[in-house]
Amino acid sequence: MTEVSETAILLRGLNRNYGDRPALTGIDLELVVGQSLAVLGPNGSGKSTLLRILATLLRPTNGEVRVLGIELPKDGWKLRGMIGYLGHEPLLYQDLTGRENLELQAKLHGLKPDEARARIDHDLDLMEMGRRASGRVNEYSAGMRQRIAICRAVLHRPKLLLLDEPDSNLDPEGRDLARELIGPAEGRTRVLVSHEPERAIAEADAVLRLAHGGVMAATP
Amino acid sequence: MTPSRTAFMAILGKDLRTELRTMRSLPAMILFAITTFIIFRFGLDRISLSGSLAGGVLWTTLLFAAILGINRIFVSEREEGGFDSFRLAPVDRTVLFLAKAAALFIYLSVLQLIVVPTFAVFFLDQWAGLVPLMLVLAGANLGIAAIGTLISSMAVNSRARDLLVPLLLLPLVIPLMIAATGASAPLFDVGGPSYDDFGQWLLVMGLYDGVFCLVGYAVFDFLLED
Repeated sequence: MTEVSETAILLRGLNRNYGDRPALTGIDLELVVGQSLAVLGPNGSGKSTLLRILATLLRPTNGEVRVLGIELPKDGWKLRGMIGYLGHEPLLYQDLTGRENLELQAKLHGLKPDEARARIDHDLDLMEMGRRASGRVNEYSAGMRQRIAICRAVLHRPKLLLLDEPDSNLDPEGRDLARELIGPAEGRTRVLVSHEPERAIAEADAVLRLAHGGVMAATP
Repeated sequence: MTPSRTAFMAILGKDLRTELRTMRSLPAMILFAITTFIIFRFGLDRISLSGSLAGGVLWTTLLFAAILGINRIFVSEREEGGFDSFRLAPVDRTVLFLAKAAALFIYLSVLQLIVVPTFAVFFLDQWAGLVPLMLVLAGANLGIAAIGTLISSMAVNSRARDLLVPLLLLPLVIPLMIAATGASAPLFDVGGPSYDDFGQWLLVMGLYDGVFCLVGYAVFDFLLED
C-alpha cells in the first residue's frame, strides 16, 4: 500500500520549459488532502502544463514536485491509478461506444467486472447518458463526449482530481449533473483550471493565479 | 497494478474490435498486395514463378503491405488520447508494446490468409510448399510485428510518420527478409519443395525475432515518456 500524506500537492520552485521558452517558472504551492485548488490565468500562462505535470504526463524541467506524498517524476509510476485527469481532449476512442470506452478504462484500472458494471451504470445514469452510451463516440455531440469523459476520469474513484476546464462544451444541465462526480465535496481533493474565476474561486479553498509562466498570486 | 494479462487482453480486444468496425488497415493491405501481384505478373511477363524469384516476389509484396498496417498501429493512441489514458492507468507499459505487436501479428496473419493463396493462384504450378511456408510466415510475422511496433511507436509523434516508418523499418528487417526468402525459395522449387537450409533459416529468424522482442520489451517504457 502506498502511504498517502496529509499534503496532497507540494511544489517548490517548479519550472518547466518547452525548448528555450519557459512555460512555468518558480511555482510554489501546498495543497492539503480534501481541499480544492483553483488555477486561474490567461491563455498560455501554463495552467494545462501544470496539470499535466501533476498527472505525471509531463516531466518538470526542475524543482520539487510531490503529489500524494510521491516524488515526481522519480516515483511517478506509484501514482498511476490514483489520479483522475480530465484534460482538453476527452481521451475517448472515437470508434468505440461510450460504454465500451468506460469498460476498457475499468479493465485498465483493474476493476472487477461486477464492480465495473455497477460503477459504469451509476455514473452514466448520473450524467444522463445511460441510454446514449451504446452509440459510438464519433456520433456524439461535444457535450455528450464531455459527459462520458467525466465518467472516464472518475470511474476508478481517484484520490486526486485534475480538471482542465471540465465545464467546457457542457450545457447548464450537464454542469449541474457533473457536480456530483467532480464538483467540490467533503474529502475530495481537486485542482480545477477554469476560465470562470467567480465560480472557481467560490468553490476553492486556495487559488493559484498564473501569468505567463510565473505565479501572479497564491491565495491560501 | 492491474494484472498484465487483463490489460493485454483489453488493449488487444479494443484494437481488433476497432479494426473489425472500421476496416481501416486490413482492406488496404490486402488490396495493395493483390494489386502488386498483378503488376508483377504483367511486369515480369511470367505466368509461373519458382525458387528465389517466387520467394522474392512474395516477401517484397508482404513487407510493403505490412508497412501500411504498421503506419496505423498507434494512430488512434496518438489522435484520440490513448497514450495519455494508458499512462494514467496502473499498468506495466510494456503491455502496450505486447498488445500492439500481437494485433499487428494478427493483421499480418489475416493478410497472408488471403494473399498467399492468391499468390499461389497467380504464380505457382504446385502448392505443396504452402504448408511448410506457414512456419516461415509465422517466424517473419513475429519479427515484423516486434520491429514494426517499435518503429511505429517512435514515428507516431512525427508529422513525417508515413515517411519515417519505411525509412527506419526497411534497414532493420533486411536480415529477416534474407532469412524469410532463403527459407521460402526451396519450397517453391519446380520439382516440389526441398528443405535445403530450411531449419537454419528458421533458426536465424527465431534468433532475430527473439532479439527484437527483447529490445522492444526493454526500451518501450522509455519511448512513452514525454
